[in-house]
Amino acid sequence: MKHDFIDRYSRLQSPVHDLDPRAKTLALFALIIACVLTPPGSWYSFCIYAGVVLIIAVASNVPMSYLLTRMLVVLPFVLAVAIFVPFMHPGGPTVDLGPVSVSREGLLVLWGVTIKALISVSCLILLSSTTHFNDLMHGLERMRVPRFFTVVSAFMYRYLFIIVDEAERMKRARDSRNFQGRWIWQAKVIGHMVASLFLRSQERAERVYQAMTARGFDGHFPRTVELRMRAADYFFMAVVIAIAAGGRVVAIWA
Amino acid sequence: MGVISMADVAVRVVGLSYRYPDGTEALRDVDLLVRTGETVAVMGPNGAGKSTLMLHLNGILQGEGTVEVAGLEVNKKNMREVRGKVGLVFQDPEDQLFSPTVGEDVAFGPINMRMSAAQVDLAVKRALKWVGLDGFENRSPHHMSFGEKKRVSLATVLSMEPEILVLDEPVSNLDPRGRRHFLEIIGVLEATKLIVTHDLEMARKTAGRVVLMDDGRVVADGTTDSVLGDAALLERHGLL
Repeated sequence: MKHDFIDRYSRLQSPVHDLDPRAKTLALFALIIACVLTPPGSWYSFCIYAGVVLIIAVASNVPMSYLLTRMLVVLPFVLAVAIFVPFMHPGGPTVDLGPVSVSREGLLVLWGVTIKALISVSCLILLSSTTHFNDLMHGLERMRVPRFFTVVSAFMYRYLFIIVDEAERMKRARDSRNFQGRWIWQAKVIGHMVASLFLRSQERAERVYQAMTARGFDGHFPRTVELRMRAADYFFMAVVIAIAAGGRVVAIWA
Repeated sequence: MGVISMADVAVRVVGLSYRYPDGTEALRDVDLLVRTGETVAVMGPNGAGKSTLMLHLNGILQGEGTVEVAGLEVNKKNMREVRGKVGLVFQDPEDQLFSPTVGEDVAFGPINMRMSAAQVDLAVKRALKWVGLDGFENRSPHHMSFGEKKRVSLATVLSMEPEILVLDEPVSNLDPRGRRHFLEIIGVLEATKLIVTHDLEMARKTAGRVVLMDDGRVVADGTTDSVLGDAALLERHGLL
């Protein structure tokens, strides 16, 4: 079974894929921070941010349809939180939308939350679709992110596929015994499955650790490839960070 | 057994007992002597303590009693040396293979043994050649077949060139061809081999001696023919 839902397309060839993971991480995080700090009414700034994201996306060869569907996944969560804001601003100017009138200020908040979420999420999708997961972890490690986080994430990535397979097998075994999951008392079955999946994963972790210590593991991961920042990486980082800062300045000035 | 010199002893276990943290007694006063170059099948029903015993051979578990491998007493101080001498291949290749590529996984042991980059490269190439997977360095293990994963697991240990090779159920779940192939690979290796299994057929094919365990004890120890020829004994200990 093949699973590549986290870093699908991360093995494509493109100028963006070739960049050092650190350059991408820093540049895209700068963009996210600038975007989040921009007041919702600064239309030009958001156009600039979205433009940068679009250019990187096109240069990366990652299919647009993939980026869009991934972005849409987060939209419901954002809307669930923010959709009621326009209805909750008493006083102030209102906008008539057919039979209901909503607060103008609230509408602006909703727009701000949505556009910021979409731009931030697309930055992250671009980062993970143009960087192989292990390189990303390696890059984070070099940027002094505590080893604990990177090692745990790397193992999560490695064993996620196996846990998904295991869950799939359990589900098949369950369904072959005519489980329908329609009644509330059947929720118990799902609870048991989650629990046994957890136990199995924990036992597996124990065995993996044994297999590693058997080969002399002492808590430090050997690294075979070393990362190197090249001129192109510095250039990319400088340009993206400059544009992000520029976008934020435009918001003040406009 | 007669007098044998220490140099000929690959594994010496004396009076080993082990109790799991939950209180289960897994090993009760186990003695085992394996000579250099021998191939021994450690057999017994599920839960007999076979795997627990194997985990003692390179100090992953430490019970009461003495364990010596290749003349070294297994203790906290010489763990690195011991783990270089004893190679453990686990039953499920998913437990053994955790790296993004085959090459990195096979290099993991040698790097931990502080080999130089050139030595590591050589060890990886050689180990992959032994298992018939040369050129697989950049493949990702989770896209390989079970048989291939099994062979990569073996390579991850062979790259450390262990003197003693411990294989836990090496051919379970393999198809007949994969099984034959795997046994051929094991057959030509010169290391002392301990094979944990409850597969009578495989024990007959590979091992000169069988150690039968049940309920944490060694209940029989002799030539393959004498132990596996005793149907009553096998039946009593759940192997027939």
